[in-house]
Amino acid sequence: MKRDALPNQPRPLQIGEPIPRADAPAKVAGREHYAVDYYAEDMLWAGVKRADIPHAVFRGINSEEAEKVPGVLAILTAKDIKGSNRQGVARKDQPVLVDDRIRHRGDGVALVIAETREALREAIGKITVEAEPLPGVFDMEEALKEDAPWIHEDHPGSNILLKGHITKGDGATAFETCTHVVKATFELPYQEHAYLETEAGWAITEEDETVSITVSTQTPFRDKMEVAGALGLPMDKVRIIAPYCGGAFGGKDGITVQSLLALAALRFSGRPIKMWWEREESFIASAKRHQARCRYRLGADATGRFIALEAEILYDTGAYDHLGGAVMALGLEHAGGPYRIPHTDLKAWAVYTNNPVGGAFRAFGVAQATAAMEQMVDRIAEKVGRSPLEIRRLNAVRRGDTTPIGVTLTTSTGIGRCLEIAERHPFWRKRESWKAKAGPFRKRGVGVAAVMHGMGYGPVIPDTANAKIELTSEGSFRVACGVVDMGQGNAHTFLQMAGDILSQDLSRLELVLPDTAWTLPSGSASASRTTYTYGNALIDAANLLKERILKRCADLWMVTDPKELALVPGRVRHLPSGRETTLAEVAAFMDETERTTVAHYRAPQSPQLPDLEPNLRLHGIPHVVFSYGVHIAGIEVDLLTGAVTVEHYLAVNDCGNILNPQLFEQQVQGGIAQGLGYALMEEIPVTEGEMKTVNFSTYLLPTFLDVPDMEVIDAGGNEPTGPYGLKGIGEIPTSGPLPAVANALFDACGIRLERFPMTPERVLSALEGNRP
Amino acid sequence: MKISFTLNGKPVSCDLPSNRRVVDVLREDLGLMGTKEACGTGECGACTILVDGIPRLSCLMLAAQLEGRDVTTIEGLSKSGETLHPIQQAFVEAGAVQCGFCTPGMVLATTHLLSENPRPTREEIREALSGNICRCTGYQKIVDAVELAAEKLTEKGETA
Ligand code: FES
Ligand code: FES
Repeated sequence: MKRDALPNQPRPLQIGEPIPRADAPAKVAGREHYAVDYYAEDMLWAGVKRADIPHAVFRGINSEEAEKVPGVLAILTAKDIKGSNRQGVARKDQPVLVDDRIRHRGDGVALVIAETREALREAIGKITVEAEPLPGVFDMEEALKEDAPWIHEDHPGSNILLKGHITKGDGATAFETCTHVVKATFELPYQEHAYLETEAGWAITEEDETVSITVSTQTPFRDKMEVAGALGLPMDKVRIIAPYCGGAFGGKDGITVQSLLALAALRFSGRPIKMWWEREESFIASAKRHQARCRYRLGADATGRFIALEAEILYDTGAYDHLGGAVMALGLEHAGGPYRIPHTDLKAWAVYTNNPVGGAFRAFGVAQATAAMEQMVDRIAEKVGRSPLEIRRLNAVRRGDTTPIGVTLTTSTGIGRCLEIAERHPFWRKRESWKAKAGPFRKRGVGVAAVMHGMGYGPVIPDTANAKIELTSEGSFRVACGVVDMGQGNAHTFLQMAGDILSQDLSRLELVLPDTAWTLPSGSASASRTTYTYGNALIDAANLLKERILKRCADLWMVTDPKELALVPGRVRHLPSGRETTLAEVAAFMDETERTTVAHYRAPQSPQLPDLEPNLRLHGIPHVVFSYGVHIAGIEVDLLTGAVTVEHYLAVNDCGNILNPQLFEQQVQGGIAQGLGYALMEEIPVTEGEMKTVNFSTYLLPTFLDVPDMEVIDAGGNEPTGPYGLKGIGEIPTSGPLPAVANALFDACGIRLERFPMTPERVLSALEGNRP
Repeated sequence: MKISFTLNGKPVSCDLPSNRRVVDVLREDLGLMGTKEACGTGECGACTILVDGIPRLSCLMLAAQLEGRDVTTIEGLSKSGETLHPIQQAFVEAGAVQCGFCTPGMVLATTHLLSENPRPTREEIREALSGNICRCTGYQKIVDAVELAAEKLTEKGETA
């Protein structure tokens, strides 16, 4: 088929086409300015002195020596903060700067402002902390004991930030009726986001006393509220500008440098102030994927049909909430995976400790639960003697079934289709012959994992977006996007949607990145909801604008039926006569307010489980729309070193209709790579709250040599509530690799680990233990 | 200390402390923000620049080491002003750019690879770029991009 009928006419963007990203040319040329790329003439540097004590009563700092460092302008502490000095999304429990208690080593105790980065570093090094050490709590089970020291005195009774308990059917008593029962415990590691752009931003207090903060963030509108509350500023005096992030993955879902920068900017009104955490500080101070302990028991009948599931999941949220309650709740909701299980007893806890802070990370609590559940499913398959895909197909949910927490699935449910596609795939069918080809001292194995991920904020918090689009006086379109693009490409997808509706090519479309002064609140770039929610709002806004333009043009041309008119790139055409006018001319006949349309969208919220504990509902249980997938990993194990290499990887995905195949693949491939890091190498050993890996030479990230070429398959789903049928894809790929590789390891060598990641040392020692 | 070198085809000389890191010279003193810093300790490749055509980590180099050298940063790669170099174009088309923070370093490392080995295999590409970390893409589309760039350059009869 010929793609371009009129060679000289630009082709409007189309939904469904693999159009290269609009943000790529500036990025590839080094022209894109990230938050970290702002420098100004008389710019000051701000930085934080960290406590480096895991638990203590804070008495103050000694900054005498630091103040003498030439170029140091101010050293601020909690005493300089006028507001609540508390930040947090669900529970405001994290100070901007410590005032009463040090709760983890990364706590900030003082803010230093200096003329140069060198002076800043020197001064920070000279500050000493005065504190009375308290006994620390470093293990979750210890933290739960009656006599454990409380980490938050205002959270009386215990160190449990949030707990949840959901039962379905007969709960655990149903194990009595099971033919096969398997039981296991899983210890899952911390994972560092390791976005290449560390936490950074710059701020300035303008003449009208507005503090403008340009920051690498996923949550500009929430940041505005948090900064205002913590520092005691009126809401309208805080402005957040959010450029493209150099990666975020959940780690910038919440406050990092914002309030600190604002505090500095308030002190030095009119002067730009920059903060940029070094890699080590980023490790020490930022939230990470929660380390978790999962205890699972799964029972099935003689044919392998699941009867009962019991799960207990402990999430170490460290010193602060930082979305830890919500992470736990999502994990609890997904504890049983995409399966029909009539009887369940599911428990989860988010526990305060004096360890590093656990927070949002792509796949948000589900990665841990899936790691456990999918290895349980494999264990049952082995007992029953059915193939891993067969057992999953036998038990997979369909629309109309209830999930393991008892929620009836009412939206598109494509796990069955994903499993069928996987089962037909040549790699799966020919796996035995592939496995037989492992070289000497090597073994190969193939493992499966099924994944599921709920989208959006859940039943209570309104999951909304407000889109704004403008026809400019030059006749192009400007999409004002209030939701961040942290690298996942939603900004481009929005242009592709607007271009499709308005029949325009990229040269006539412009995206305005989030700025709380100009774009409209649209929630966070998180929860696999970004494109779904904002996209739905944008479709309405763009259609409204299109209708307005055509109507105005119909009036001008005295055409009775606006349907005779169509938008084409840069122009409006009267279809019967072929008469055309430029969009700039049409714009000239429209008032400025007429040329802008806005639309609001609120995502569907589940009316189910009304009796669930209100706090769990507030933290997001249950969801309405879920994405699904099946991952297959083919690995090779070096029996001499214990090293595992991933040779083949295949992911089948039901994430609704694909709007741009290239961006879809980007999300899946990138998510798998992070999941492979989680499976094989990424971990942060912590003793007494101190992280042993705080840089990239000790914390290993997957490189070009660790991630294979992956096959990404679209199962051809369609979600009627989604924009053009789309569902979220951002998070779900990250949950699959760990269990798929673990199951492949068992398939290869007959070993199962309890502690992850599957490093060569752990694999080797398991292999040795296994030898007769 | 007075330091003279060629930067993106133009001679520059500046007065700099000899121990100033090159990444800071480029970003802060010369305003070339395309060179990124992501670890500061030589582990990620985000700060890669070409010095006499060879990839170097600008976070580990000191200003004095620039004396008399020919330095190319991402801003200087495309010769004809606005348009992108074929390698950059290939990164765009192949979908090798997500957050983009690793991209300048990847592109420059690719430039060197293709100048040495105009038609590398996928394995050779992975090997040659293995010092550059990308946290977003899973690398596959970067390998695709390098293959595409190699094709583009050979078609044009150019080398990187
Ligand atoms: S910033 Fe230079 S190698 Fe990472
Ligand atoms: S594209 Fe984000 S680090 Fe490579």
